[in-house]
Amino acid sequence: MTRRSAPLGRLALGALGIAAVVAVWEGYKALAPDTGVVIGGTTVLPRSTETAMPHVWDMVSRLSDPVIGTVGGDTMWQTVLDAGLFTLKIAAFGWIIGVVVGFVLALVMQRFTIAEAAVLPWIVLSQTVPLIAIAPLVRRWGSQITIGGFEWQSEHSVAVIAAYLAFFPVAVGVLRGLKAPDATHVDLMHTYGIGWWRTLFSLRLPASVPFLIPALRLAAASAVIGTVVAEVSIGLRGGVGRLIIEYAQSASSDPAKPWAPIFAAIAVGLVAAAFVGLLGLALKPYRRSEIPA
Amino acid sequence: MTSSQAVQVSGVSRTFGGRKGASVTALESVDLTVAPGEFVSLIGPSGCGKSTLLRLIADLDTPTSGELSVFGKPARQARVDQDYGIAFQQAGLLPWKTVTGNIELPLALHGAGRSERKGRVKELLELIGLADFAGHYPDQLSGGMQQRVAIARALAESPKLLLMDEPFGALDEMTRERMQNELVRICAETQAAVVFVTHSIPEAVFLSDRVVVMSPRPGRITDVIDVSLGGPAERDDSLREDEAFFRAVAKVREALHGVPVTGARGVDSR
Ligand SMILES: Nc1ncnc2c1ncn2[C@@H]1O[C@H](COP(=O)(O)OP(=O)(O)OP(=O)(O)O)[C@@H](O)[C@H]1O
Ligand SMILES: [Mg+2]
Repeated sequence: MTRRSAPLGRLALGALGIAAVVAVWEGYKALAPDTGVVIGGTTVLPRSTETAMPHVWDMVSRLSDPVIGTVGGDTMWQTVLDAGLFTLKIAAFGWIIGVVVGFVLALVMQRFTIAEAAVLPWIVLSQTVPLIAIAPLVRRWGSQITIGGFEWQSEHSVAVIAAYLAFFPVAVGVLRGLKAPDATHVDLMHTYGIGWWRTLFSLRLPASVPFLIPALRLAAASAVIGTVVAEVSIGLRGGVGRLIIEYAQSASSDPAKPWAPIFAAIAVGLVAAAFVGLLGLALKPYRRSEIPA
Repeated sequence: MTSSQAVQVSGVSRTFGGRKGASVTALESVDLTVAPGEFVSLIGPSGCGKSTLLRLIADLDTPTSGELSVFGKPARQARVDQDYGIAFQQAGLLPWKTVTGNIELPLALHGAGRSERKGRVKELLELIGLADFAGHYPDQLSGGMQQRVAIARALAESPKLLLMDEPFGALDEMTRERMQNELVRICAETQAAVVFVTHSIPEAVFLSDRVVVMSPRPGRITDVIDVSLGGPAERDDSLREDEAFFRAVAKVREALHGVPVTGARGVDSR
């Protein structure tokens, strides 16, 4: 394949993937009985009614209708776009905090072996605490913070929770990356008589890039999920998380409606992934791997 | 007197502490002197401490006991002063840097100016015969080319001592002999002393003024053989078929096996 056709080919593959999902959805709807497939009293395949599985085109066309009723007010796509941007902003904020914290933790763990032994188990443990349990804690602690004119908002709680999910892949991935250089490379830097900091910048950081990019991508996905879930847990209005809960209530009367914020959540995830993809492109020179002699 | 030597090792031992008190004596009371401009090879069976000795000289490791000096200074000082260049079995090039970037790495790290680096890289590229590959990345080079770049990098700061640990170990026989020829030429041009670790008897004989034979458990020097098959001008491919070359090879082999190998093959040396 030539360089020129590669991105186009990938775009075509992506479109094909979406088309396949739509085809499966509509195909199932057309073929499956309305009651779904029930074996021995257990529903093994979902109902295919209009309420359970609206047509894809209904979901799409619903986006251009007003949110409530039939006249006046914002259209659906405007509302979910606003919500998506709101969520994206918080997720990006959480992602940045998470990346910084994860990076610092990884650096400390690489520098001090004792720190790794002491901190790494806690880092792993931190991810086993359910979000539902953290959300109220973060809000309570946050509300006690007042520095100067700064006042803790629910947005901040949500961003902190997103960061809480995002820092983990970064800490683990970057630590692996910082340890990635061969013994030969480390010895070489030692013979050059340069210290830890300069070795970090000349060797360890560049060598960690192949581990960094996947870690950042995972962190971005975690930050988006964390934001949406935390919006619900904290009860923050304005974002996609709240809309998902709100619109789910009108599922029976307006089955296409709950899908709109879900699309928004997906779009936010795609934007986040695309941003990391761009970062990966910028760091491409560092992603070459040496072919052993 | 000491200060005039490139490397002076006296009574050096290195013991690695293992788990549960089990310790390995990698080197035991080793004495070795390398004169300026001299080419010395270390040869011996695997695990006899060749790399350990080289790492001690390079101050990548410290001796358990004994004295070690490089150009009359403690090894640490010599390392800090960049008195030696080093090359390992793995080329160890930074994959994200071009050939130029890799060669000028030590210069850049030590704050050499752009124009100085540029001039030096140009010289070195010519020396290793890779002038056309300045902008290539390591993954675009063959193993032999990568190794040549690693040697150029070791030579970048014109060290008076070169430490090489099986630099041609991963190369095929043909490339290897070509690299040996080039190393002889490079050494003649740079006047550097070399400590060269190898597994290959012909390689040691072809390159060296002296071959140091080592034995394992505990690692010590059992023999030092003067080879000196002549100046760089005489050391070309024809030397490899020379009678003197074969005699020296036989001598090193005997020293390695510990018993004279008399004509008859298959004689068990134990
Ligand atoms: N860092 C270390 N920790 C423990 N033991 C070590 C260490 N480095 C070397 N040794 C031991 O010291 C001995 C000598 O090792 P060394 O690497 O110097 O051998 P060598 O002669 O270079 O062998 P080879 O030809 O296989 O490279 C070996 O028995 C090895 O197990
Ligand atoms: Mg070795």
